[in-house]
Amino acid sequence: MPPKGRIVVNEAYCKGCELCVGACPQNVLGLAADHITAKGYHPATLISEGCTGCGICGIICPEAAITIYREKTGVVRATS
Amino acid sequence: MDMIDNDTETLVYSRPNSLTDVSTHYCPGCTHGIAHRLIAEVIDEMNIREKMIGVASVGCSVFAYNYFNFDFVQAPHGRAPAMATGVKRVLPEKVVMTYQGDGDMASIGMAEIVHAATRGENITVFFINNTNYGMTGGQMAPTTLPGQKTTSSQNGRDVETQGYPIRAAELLSQLDGSSYVVRRSLNDPKNIRLAKKAIRMAFEVQLRGLGFSMIEFLSICPTNWGMSASASMTWLENNMIPYYPLGDYKVHPAVAEIKI
Repeated sequence: MPPKGRIVVNEAYCKGCELCVGACPQNVLGLAADHITAKGYHPATLISEGCTGCGICGIICPEAAITIYREKTGVVRATS
Repeated sequence: MDMIDNDTETLVYSRPNSLTDVSTHYCPGCTHGIAHRLIAEVIDEMNIREKMIGVASVGCSVFAYNYFNFDFVQAPHGRAPAMATGVKRVLPEKVVMTYQGDGDMASIGMAEIVHAATRGENITVFFINNTNYGMTGGQMAPTTLPGQKTTSSQNGRDVETQGYPIRAAELLSQLDGSSYVVRRSLNDPKNIRLAKKAIRMAFEVQLRGLGFSMIEFLSICPTNWGMSASASMTWLENNMIPYYPLGDYKVHPAVAEIKI
């Protein structure tokens, strides 16, 4: 099982440049078509399952807008 | 900002503390942001934020003082190395960096950078090379590639009348005063990681008092090149890296011993 991760995009910074979309090795990033940020850009977002929390989007992001988390292995997530 | 759930998740990456909570004025995809982020990450990792003094240049990076969360001064066009010389000599315990573009450092500021390097001033210079004057509308800079179209070389740079591009890293590496002069690229995750290591090395050089360090970052300017950010990255890889080869141009023997 590949590790599971998730990202949180801070929409105050994201300018929709799509560099993370092109760099994502799992191809799970895209621009949110349904809303825009205060600056008028479609922000980056996870568009499908499969994020591994590898961190490459954080490396390429020019705005430091992405916070990346990876699930610890062997831990069962509480379902509350 | 989400809280970290320590029981189930590991924080892989978050915004460095050495950046302020301000959205930059840079265009979408501009690698100024990547350079800012890497410098801030290294400063966080080395825990030297309270010792930092930055010198901002003129150009798009003129507002760097708004984005870095430590002390900054603003130099006249091209004079950042001269100002950094003064700051470092008065406050030798501080870590002094300049952040300059190619229109600033390789053109109007060429005298200052060459003489700061040849004096072996114990400062760190970050040089952003995006082959044009970004802030003023993409005019030809000393680093514009032969044949490259800009708003002031509309048929492409003609080397017969406009000369050849300046390779700043090679030029400064020839001076006996420089200790660490390298060129890195910000076009893909691998090169960005290598650039971050070079930033770490440059600060180590300064902290150990080994003298002048300079890193040239090959960068993109999507707006003035008229391309998307990802197309600009490809253009950088195909056109800039062959003309500006990546590598270590000057590593003083004392610097080569530093292991990071």
